[in-house]
Amino acid sequence: MTKSEIISWYRIQEMFRFHSFHMYGVIGSAVILGMIQVFIIKKINFKNIGGKIIEFKNKKLGRYNNLFGGIIFGLGWALTGACPGPMYILIGNGYYIFGAVILSAILGAFTYGAIKEKLPH
Amino acid sequence: MSIIDILSKPWPWYVAGPMISFVMFLLLWSGKTFGISSSLRNVCSIAGAGKYYKYFDFNWRKEIWNIVFIVGAILGGYIASSFFQNLDPLELSNNTINDLSKLGIVFSGELVPNEIFNIHSIATLKGFLIIVIGGFFVGFGARWAGGCTSGHAISGLSNFQLPSLIAVIGFFIGGLIMTHLIFPFIF
Repeated sequence: MTKSEIISWYRIQEMFRFHSFHMYGVIGSAVILGMIQVFIIKKINFKNIGGKIIEFKNKKLGRYNNLFGGIIFGLGWALTGACPGPMYILIGNGYYIFGAVILSAILGAFTYGAIKEKLPH
Repeated sequence: MSIIDILSKPWPWYVAGPMISFVMFLLLWSGKTFGISSSLRNVCSIAGAGKYYKYFDFNWRKEIWNIVFIVGAILGGYIASSFFQNLDPLELSNNTINDLSKLGIVFSGELVPNEIFNIHSIATLKGFLIIVIGGFFVGFGARWAGGCTSGHAISGLSNFQLPSLIAVIGFFIGGLIMTHLIFPFIF
């Protein structure tokens, strides 16, 4: 992910400004290959290392949480230029300030857990 | 051109995308799922938040691979930047460079703008907003939505999950609002 520069704040800006195909190519090809992969795994009942058939949990559909949680995530994604995975990778790249971004993200997750019952889902 | 030279050049999308997909496969094969933001919940749980809130009350030891994955991600970033560093500036599109310069953001050629992402800028309103509030939104939003780019956009869409499609649409609504409507006020 470092090598394809998708952890770059600038690349995320480029994506949200529709100035380059790069990010869409990365995510799009990962998803299309992912769909083929999941299809084949289901079709041939592919087993994991433990010898169990791989099961796919369905994501829970909520009236509000997927959309509004998503929007809040998107606001943060554009600000920090990084989703959770890249935040860690950026630390490895020597951008230690992303430690503060991660701490804030953990605080965000904690706040969600603390007020979960009061939020619509 | 040596192997190191080839690896040091930026990788095109058609290399990176399939590799991400391969990571998802490795995780599925080893009986896990590809999703990173759940690690944020894990950290809270490890820190003992389960005593206070039900959401964090689960056996985090069973999910410890999540933390191992993160350590791997940090190491991967370290290896990529130490041994296969690309010395040329990032090839950002001219349109983006122009747009950002209108906002007063200088394109440094590095991965992130250093004038924003440094320890001193946290004390400024702009830096606090981007680093602390931005990070908070990512963590809060990902958990409310039930996943982030990996769990929803890659894993979820690969399995044709409607909640994931809605969440990804949300990601873009939020990102576009921030980039086009709010950025002019921040910068």
